[in-house]
Amino acid sequence: MIWKVVRQIARVGIPTEAAPDIGEQNQSEPSRIHAELLSILGNALAIREVDAGSCNGCEMEINALGNPYYNIGGLGIKFVASPRHADLLLVTGPVSRNMEMALKRTYEATPEPKLVVAVGDCACNGGIFGETYATCGRVDKVIPVDVTVPGCPPEPIAILRGILQAVRRRISA
Amino acid sequence: MKMAGLDLEFAALPAPVPVWFGQVTAAQWLEAASAVHAQGGRLVALWASGAMYSEATGPDNIRARALFVAYATRDGLFWLELPLPADASYPDLSALFPAASRMQRAAADLSGVVADGAKDQRPWLNHGAWAADDHPLLQDPQALPVPTPGALHDYPFVRVEGEGVHEIAVGPVHAGIIEPGHFRFSVVGEKLLRLEQRLGYTHKGIEQRMTQLPALDAYRLAGRVSGDSTVAYAWAYGMALESICQTQVTPRAAWLRALLLECERVANHLGDLGALGNDVAFAFALAQFSRLREDWLRACKAAFGHRLMMDCVVPGGVQADISAAGQTQLMSCCDAVLIDVKKLFDVFEAHAGLQDRFITTGRVLPELAAQLGLTGLAGRASAQARDLRCDHPFTPYDQLRVVMAGHTRGDVGARALVRFQELLESIRLIERILREMPEGPVHTDVVLPDQPSRGIGWIEGWRGEIVVALELAGADQGHRITRCHLHDPSWQNWPVLEHAIMKDIVADFPLINKSFNLSYSGQDL
Repeated sequence: MIWKVVRQIARVGIPTEAAPDIGEQNQSEPSRIHAELLSILGNALAIREVDAGSCNGCEMEINALGNPYYNIGGLGIKFVASPRHADLLLVTGPVSRNMEMALKRTYEATPEPKLVVAVGDCACNGGIFGETYATCGRVDKVIPVDVTVPGCPPEPIAILRGILQAVRRRISA
Repeated sequence: MKMAGLDLEFAALPAPVPVWFGQVTAAQWLEAASAVHAQGGRLVALWASGAMYSEATGPDNIRARALFVAYATRDGLFWLELPLPADASYPDLSALFPAASRMQRAAADLSGVVADGAKDQRPWLNHGAWAADDHPLLQDPQALPVPTPGALHDYPFVRVEGEGVHEIAVGPVHAGIIEPGHFRFSVVGEKLLRLEQRLGYTHKGIEQRMTQLPALDAYRLAGRVSGDSTVAYAWAYGMALESICQTQVTPRAAWLRALLLECERVANHLGDLGALGNDVAFAFALAQFSRLREDWLRACKAAFGHRLMMDCVVPGGVQADISAAGQTQLMSCCDAVLIDVKKLFDVFEAHAGLQDRFITTGRVLPELAAQLGLTGLAGRASAQARDLRCDHPFTPYDQLRVVMAGHTRGDVGARALVRFQELLESIRLIERILREMPEGPVHTDVVLPDQPSRGIGWIEGWRGEIVVALELAGADQGHRITRCHLHDPSWQNWPVLEHAIMKDIVADFPLINKSFNLSYSGQDL
């Protein structure tokens, strides 16, 4: 059995691709972003993902960031189980009224630098669900947002770009 | 058409699957339920209509016009309508079909209907965000009031008492990258005594939102009820609308829809098998399967223009024909996935540590599955041998002859095995579709009828059967959607998960939960 596992690992090799260009000076060097992440955020960027009412489409693409192609762990970024351990919140969905309080509390529990990236059309502008008796609409109606990533759902590379932009923006400020 | 055991004539609705509609009295409502139950049929969905305005004399008088239930029997899907009396009450069905309980509670929240004799009358979708007497589906869809959200309520969980019993509360924000919901465990030491779920956190008011969209555009919203089943929902919506408009899709469109649906099944099964391996600390499985899933989604993007295939199925056919380059990429991806999945299957089967965690964990025995109405993939892993693609095959499934997957053990391992079987079968179907698909146009014009009308769509998504019931107003009211109910198989399976975890330990819950992989958004609506 273990022989089959080793053979499969060797056969597949390393499919990891380079981190995306975020269109700023020197940003074509993923290693430089990586180094900045490490220096500013203490060896890693910790992300708490919050589904505030999404259809689960965005979650699937965020999950894809962990696959060997995007290899988000290799960039020094990890998803953590508690907002108290997080530097950044990745929020999806139009914020449902049933999740509004949970999202606010999650934000309050997050320590500085408390970055927020709103992922997906719903998180950016309410999307197809709009603002109704059941939803508050876009995320920044409930908590402050640093970067928005449009798309339905945005592709993993766009989400990764949004995360790097949020960190970069905070570093510049 | 008559339903076995009930003296009532049902009218056939035009659709590729056998679907029937009939109006019943309160007495027939109960007779029908008993007849279906006695013959091993199942309750698929239960929902209430919108308000009746013509007879309403004042705001206090507005009430739901009717209650609906959809039963699946050997003869097809029976859609029953029960006109409601002034107090909007109807006889409870949850005593016969336990799965009806949460659907009845949701109907009470949304439409103010009362299930007479139901044991559990707690609110389900309404957490306090709207007033208990201000039912969203009874509001005038052409003049929706400004929302006046209230404070959220505490939920009266059932308390388990006894020496050493304590509670673990989990959620709504979960530890992983998953949807929100609340689980309340009652435990002694590490042993689980009871799980009670509270869902509804992602309630987005989809069914009211439906009444705000043009019938020809609402497929986009249907495709976002549960993002992992976007093809199945869009197809079910399309089927309902095409039934209303008596539209026949072209043969090529029908084959392309099946291609999309099977691609969606493959993508989800690849994701789940990796996650199941990961939940027993076998990171190799996650790396391998998530790589295959990424290859697959990229091939889908090349073939259909969207990784998750959102908005690809549209009323009247499909959005666009498959691209030639995409067809080639998808075909070679099939070959690659087939080779690797067979290897990974051997690794799973030979891995003692993994099998030790999979076998007998989270078990739902066939008798319990039948009693609680376990459906779809999880149902097939517990000997509930039903798959719409096999039971009522329509084009192209009538020619493809799907081999139904199944198992009898009903544990995590059985649900993983059913995924392996279905994954390999779907690859076979996709390869055949790519080779044998007829040429021709992929879209037909859909003409909305002048009269008010109804239609229903029924599709075997990767998780189980999805039903979309649609009612349209006539031309005098702009063909607007008066009611659209979208049913996810998760309604049936969530309550079964509460039973599946009994006697297991807390640490096994994530694994058992993943083996079902139910939708929160799909049932929260």
